[in-house]
Amino acid sequence: MDILSYVLQQGINGLQLGAVYALIALGYTMVYGVLRLINFAHGDIFMFGAFVAYFLIAKFGIPIYLVFIITMLACAIAGYLIEKIAYKPLRDAPKISLLITAVGVSLFLEYFLSLNAIFTPNYIAFPRPFDVKGYDLSLFTITNVQIIIFIITFVSLFLLYLLIYRTNYGRAMRAVSHDKETAALMGIGIDGIISFTFIVGASLAGVGGILYGIAYPQINVFMGIMPGIKSFIAAVLGGIGIIHGAVIGGLIIGICEVFVSAFLSSTFRDGVIFIILFAVLLFKPSGILGKRIEKV
Amino acid sequence: MLLNVQGITVNYGSISALRDVSLWADQGELVSVIGANGAGKTTLLKTVSGILRPAKGNIEFDGRDITRLRPEKIVKSGVVMVPEGRRIFPDLTVKENLELGAYTIKDRHLKKTLFELVITTFPRLKERLKQHGGTLSGGEQQMLAMGRALMGDPRLLLLDEPSMGLSPIITREIFGLIELIRREKSISIILVEQNAHMALEHSQRAYVLENGEIVMEGPSSEIKHNPRIIDAYLGV
Repeated sequence: MDILSYVLQQGINGLQLGAVYALIALGYTMVYGVLRLINFAHGDIFMFGAFVAYFLIAKFGIPIYLVFIITMLACAIAGYLIEKIAYKPLRDAPKISLLITAVGVSLFLEYFLSLNAIFTPNYIAFPRPFDVKGYDLSLFTITNVQIIIFIITFVSLFLLYLLIYRTNYGRAMRAVSHDKETAALMGIGIDGIISFTFIVGASLAGVGGILYGIAYPQINVFMGIMPGIKSFIAAVLGGIGIIHGAVIGGLIIGICEVFVSAFLSSTFRDGVIFIILFAVLLFKPSGILGKRIEKV
Repeated sequence: MLLNVQGITVNYGSISALRDVSLWADQGELVSVIGANGAGKTTLLKTVSGILRPAKGNIEFDGRDITRLRPEKIVKSGVVMVPEGRRIFPDLTVKENLELGAYTIKDRHLKKTLFELVITTFPRLKERLKQHGGTLSGGEQQMLAMGRALMGDPRLLLLDEPSMGLSPIITREIFGLIELIRREKSISIILVEQNAHMALEHSQRAYVLENGEIVMEGPSSEIKHNPRIIDAYLGV
C-alpha cells in the first residue's frame, strides 16, 4: 500500500512536470511541421515568459489571469519577431544555416537578457500568486499548484485542438506542414501561416513559463536550456511534427524524470532523458506516433 | 483574351526550362499543351500560378499583369492550378480538402454555392466527405483535386496531367468532367498532358512544347492530323 501511494504520488508530480514539457514541446513540433526547423530558441521563449510573469506579479501586482494574457502576448510578439528577423531571410537557404541561426538566437537571448540592466544572471525568487495548499486524497496528496497546472494545460490543449482542427487557420497550418507548394496553390499565404505558427507556439511556451515559475519558484535566464532540450526530446519521442505526439512525449519525459529522481537518484535525472533520446533515434527515429521518417 | 503569356523564359540555375514561350487562352476555351516528359509543361503551369518566377517575359490575366504576384494573390485573382499527381492532403478529410480549396473565399454564401456545385459535379465525392483524402482511389483523388480547385471559384483552371496513372475508362470519365466544367461554367482551362490523344480530342486549340520551346500551335483538329505529331505523339 505504501509503495503504491508513493508511486502514485510521484506519478502526479511527474505529470505536473510533464504538463509543462508538453506545452513547450508543442512549439518545437509545430515549428518543425511548417519549417522543418528545430527552433533552439524556443526554450528561451519559455524563460522569457517566466520573467515577464515575474515582473508582472512582483513589480506590478497584476491579477493572475491578466498575467497569463499579457505574458502570452509578450511571448507571441517575441516569437513573431524572432521568426521575422532571424529565420525569414533564410527561407531559401540550406537547412543547416537555419539550424545554426537558431542556436545563435538562443545564445543571443540568454546572454543579452543576462545583462545586469535586464534580467541579470542571478537566480530570482518567483513570487507565488497564492499560498500552496495540499489536499490529502488518502492515497496521495495533490496541491492546488498541481491542480492549476493540470487545468490550465488542459484548457490550453483544448483551445489548441479547436484552433488546429476546427478553424481555417488550423487547416491551413496542417496543409502547409504537409506540402507547402500545394498549400500555396490553395491561395494560402505561406509566410503568414509560418508567423502564425511561431505566435501560437511561443504563447504556449509562455504559459509553460508561468506554470514552471509557480511550481518551481526560482527563475534564471538560463532556466530554458534544460527544459528546452527535454521538451525537444519529448517532441522527438512523440514523433516530431505530430501535435498529439508532443503531448504524449512531454508527459512521458516528465514522469520518467520524476521517477528516476524518486527511485534511482536525482543525479541520473537528466542522463536518463538523453538515453531515451538515443534509444528513440536508434530504434524508432520517427517517434511513437510517427509513420515515416522525415528527411531533414 | 483571358490569359496572355508573352515570351516567358524560366531558368533553373543555369539551365533554361522554358525559352520565349507565348500562349493565350480565351474565356471558356480549353487549350491543351502537349509534349514529352521534361519538355517544360509543368514549369509553364507553375510559372503562370506564381510558384516559379520567369526571368523574362510577362503574364497577363484578364488585362492585369500577374507576372510578379505571389501564388496566393494569383489564386485570388481567379487562376487555380491542379498539380501533377493531384497532391491531395492525405491526412485531411475530403471535406477539409475541399474547404482548403476555398481558403481565399470569405463570403460564406458563395462558399456554400461552390460546395454544392462541386458536389453535384462530382457526386462520388459526396459519399466520401468524411473519409481521409489518402484513402481515395486515383480517379477519386483526381476528382477531389479538381473539386478542390473549383472551390476557389476560378475563371481559369490549370490542369497538370489529369490522366496520370489512371485507367483508360477513368481517364475518359475525367475528361468528360473537364469538358462539363468548361461548358457549364464557361471556365477556361489549360490542360497539360502526355496523353496527347485525349488532350487533342477535347481541346479547341493546342500547343506543342519541345525542349522548352513552342514548336507548333493551332486548332487541335489540325494538329491532330499533322504527320509529325502523329509520328511523335500519337503513334500506335
